[in-house]
Amino acid sequence: MALFHPNDADTSDMIRLYFAGLAFLLSCLTATAQDANIQPILQEYQAEIAKSSRKTIGPVIDVIASSGSPQAQLMLETWAAKNMWMRKSDGLFFVGEKTDTKSYLLTDFDSGDVVGSYPKSDLKQLKPNSGVRAMIATALVQFQLMDPDAAKRQDALTSIQRDPGPTLLAPLRASIYSEPDPTLKAQKQRLERLLTIGYDQDTKARVAAIEDMSGDLGVDVRATLNPLVAKTLNVAIGGTPTGVNVAALLEPGTDQFSKTDAYDLLVVEGMAPALISSGDMRSALAANIERGRVGGIPVAQLDTNAARKAAYAALADAGKVPALITPADMDTALASHVFFETFAEPSAEVTTAATDALETINLKVGLNQTLDLILDALSLASIYFLAAIGLAITFGVMGVINMAHGEFIMMGAYTGYVVQQIIPDHTLSIIVATPMAFAVTFAAGVAMERLVIRWLYDRPLETLLATFGISIALQQLAKNIFGTQARPLTAPGWLDGALVVNDVVSISFIRIAIFILALVFLGVFLFIMKRTRLGLETRAVTQNPRMAASMGINPGKVNMLTFGLGSGIAGIAGVAIGLFAKVTSELGNDYIVQSFMTVVVGGVGNIWGTLAGAAMIGFFQKGIEWLNPSNTLAAQTYMIVFIIIFIQFRPRGIIALKGRAAGD
Amino acid sequence: MQRSFIAKNPSVLIFLACLALFTLIVTVLSEGFGVGVISTSFVKTLGKTLCLCLVAVAMDLIWGFTGILSLGHFAFFGLGGYMIGMWLMYERTRLIVVESLSQTEIPATSSEIIDGIGNQIFGVVGSSDFPLIWAFSDSLVLQLAMVVLVPGVLALVFGWLAFRSRVTGVYLSILTQAMTLALALYLFQNDSGLRGNNGLSGLQNLPGVTASQDEVSLWFLWASALALGLGYLLAAWVVSGKLGSVIIGIRDNEARVRFLGYSVETYKLVVFTFTACIAAIAGALYYPQAGIINPAEIAPIASIYLAVWVAIGGRGRLYGAVIGAAFVSLLSTWFTGGQAPDIPLGFYTIKWVDWWLVLLGLSFVAVTLFAPKGMGGLVDLLTQRKSPNRHGANLGPDDGALREQEASQ
Repeated sequence: MALFHPNDADTSDMIRLYFAGLAFLLSCLTATAQDANIQPILQEYQAEIAKSSRKTIGPVIDVIASSGSPQAQLMLETWAAKNMWMRKSDGLFFVGEKTDTKSYLLTDFDSGDVVGSYPKSDLKQLKPNSGVRAMIATALVQFQLMDPDAAKRQDALTSIQRDPGPTLLAPLRASIYSEPDPTLKAQKQRLERLLTIGYDQDTKARVAAIEDMSGDLGVDVRATLNPLVAKTLNVAIGGTPTGVNVAALLEPGTDQFSKTDAYDLLVVEGMAPALISSGDMRSALAANIERGRVGGIPVAQLDTNAARKAAYAALADAGKVPALITPADMDTALASHVFFETFAEPSAEVTTAATDALETINLKVGLNQTLDLILDALSLASIYFLAAIGLAITFGVMGVINMAHGEFIMMGAYTGYVVQQIIPDHTLSIIVATPMAFAVTFAAGVAMERLVIRWLYDRPLETLLATFGISIALQQLAKNIFGTQARPLTAPGWLDGALVVNDVVSISFIRIAIFILALVFLGVFLFIMKRTRLGLETRAVTQNPRMAASMGINPGKVNMLTFGLGSGIAGIAGVAIGLFAKVTSELGNDYIVQSFMTVVVGGVGNIWGTLAGAAMIGFFQKGIEWLNPSNTLAAQTYMIVFIIIFIQFRPRGIIALKGRAAGD
Repeated sequence: MQRSFIAKNPSVLIFLACLALFTLIVTVLSEGFGVGVISTSFVKTLGKTLCLCLVAVAMDLIWGFTGILSLGHFAFFGLGGYMIGMWLMYERTRLIVVESLSQTEIPATSSEIIDGIGNQIFGVVGSSDFPLIWAFSDSLVLQLAMVVLVPGVLALVFGWLAFRSRVTGVYLSILTQAMTLALALYLFQNDSGLRGNNGLSGLQNLPGVTASQDEVSLWFLWASALALGLGYLLAAWVVSGKLGSVIIGIRDNEARVRFLGYSVETYKLVVFTFTACIAAIAGALYYPQAGIINPAEIAPIASIYLAVWVAIGGRGRLYGAVIGAAFVSLLSTWFTGGQAPDIPLGFYTIKWVDWWLVLLGLSFVAVTLFAPKGMGGLVDLLTQRKSPNRHGANLGPDDGALREQEASQ
């Protein structure tokens, strides 16, 4: 958007007229509504309207727009749509409507009466050019802003937001007072502040508006302020020129502004000869080979930089090539120039205020980003917790290494997918899929425990390898059944969208749902382990199977049910994970190492440890991602290295079991 | 009475004889020096299999004899491959760059050549500067030293950290798996300096060698056979000596060995680092035959497969590891290469490309449950060796201890 430039006579005229128009408009608003007819005004400016041009029509449009005539809007719209016709006989303007090829039906603006049908030869169509139409459109904004239809007012505001301009400020201001809708009024006031910052003529008003808006987190505020403080690099001989808004003087040779950068700027500005790059030197040498020699040096010897420089210097002495620019030359050239940055905005007061406001805003944005990061980390932690909670039972409580745990998560997700194929309603299908996933993976877990794991209870390493065998078999089986492409598991509609706190902080509903689900799982786990018969028996069997057996507990049955429970929970977690991740046969692979890490870091055998482990890993990973946002791979790498080091200091995890429960 | 090493371990001699015979037969049947019955690509497959056998021997040493189920030895294998790959790629690119620059009128400076190499190698990841880890890539001797040093030092540091804090059993396995995952993820990054997931390629072309791939593949087969023979001999010597007795003791009952006054951590660390170096050498021989290395090779699953090979072959006996690695990897090549015939069942056709992994996974479970001795147990049937009768008790209380059925009297 072009700012006013003092040298442009055309625009400066416009500004003056603008103020006249504004004053007129205000007077109209204070006076009682006038029922002035539009035709006399049109006749007053008959010549200008009939032969409209961008240079002269501005004041006329303003007078029409501010006339207070109820027909002004209709007239302007008709004009812009090229539907206004002038009767040649008396120069009056009418709405023209084509009746047949030769004649037009004219309607009077003020009375709305049909004047009659006239042949085309008696009429002149008014065809404003695109420049004039743009001005009419701007004038129409004030009508749209005061339109009785709230939707139209909203549209007008949106269009101003999208394409702000200096001419829109006055009509916007005029429309605020009479705005009945409080939401729209707030929007208008906010937009007025932003337009004031950008386009008001009065520096004080702009500074005041900037101060009003400082601390506002909206992206639009930053978008308004940033162009004001945009800097351009400049260079001048002697001292800084007057009349420019200098942001800072720059000293070549600092980290931010190297000597090479400074010299490059000189070259771009045509104030110094260009440096001879090694490529230039090479082609210059190649162009000057004479009888196998360049500058007296044999070509074969030109394989070092020193020899090339010597040859080039010889050529330069002979005047065949431009002289090499030495570092001393560079320094001399730099010393005789001043380098500085200027603001595009000429007023120093405004730029200072804008810089301060941006600082305040950035501080606030930073705080909010931290909050956003914490929310992200919480949601990642709950995903890890969800993936690991089944493992907290099978590995944490029972001590069984189940490498196929990830495949149980995958089976849960695929169950969800299959259920969605049968039940198209997303809400209902998720409600059905959750117990289905539990049932499927519970059955798979029980089968695995009965067939494989119970033979290997005292052999954890063999368990690891055997369950790994099951894991690759299940993965390949899933690939054979469902193919390699990702299958969608669609979340219900009410989980779409996000909870938006402000322009910086937002969290999607699906993440909130997963967080809640993680909490529910935690509750379920605690309830089963501490409050049910199965939990009691499980704890007894884990601590001392022989003693438990002699107390009448069937260790085989308890182990089977516990393992099934852990697997079933993994299945439900699979449904939840499938909602935001693509369901593939490798889904489980992505979580298995992280899940084991979560359990190990947290402390085996303690659900609170798993929670702490998930929280630590989640926060740590998000923290690293924040330091290096483009690289999630690096975040995972450093996280694992961190865990390896962490285990050095707390080999039994964050919350270590003590005494007999620790098992040794 | 002191018997000689060979007399105590007749299996070593048999193994070496078999290996020599195998190499000779392949050479005679090859395209490069023989009658051409075996294609060059199959010679490469056999050469690669020998390297896999060598890394399996290392795995057996650390798992079968020391009781540490390391899920990281394929990472060392890959690292060895990366180290030799750096030299191969640098030197070959240098020859190409020098060749192309010699066409120009002005002879190139050394920095121009290096810039050219950098552009060629790292252009694919949007860079042209040599990262620090490539500092020695211009020297074959130094880079060969790096083949052993880099994985060795990594194993030393990791092992020291892990053993020092008394991480044992499955925890150690998971920790080594995490290390492998971390390394693979690190290498997947473009700015790791090893070309991200593009990896290093064109490794099959030895710089300055004009011989055809038919011959080069045989050279590598010989080198791999030699390395496997030496590695096997060294491993057999280690396990038959005093060190071997100590590490077997650690496998079965670590606490007792510690109370006897041995520094368990040092023994573990020595074996861990030593096997990492063997794995790295195997990798350095493997990847020039494969032609390309990328981080996917290092993924944790590869290390688990290594454990699977050793388990199927029979852990705790060196020839078992070799048999397992050779059998499973060749069978895997056969099945996944589409050479195995499909089985039509009428309503469904079993395509082995799709079902091989299911078969492998399930048969692996079966081996673990029903045949802990693995394929090495077949040898016991021939030699009529029997398992001890310990009434179902393992050889020791530790996780890695041999089971009753795995041990021999």
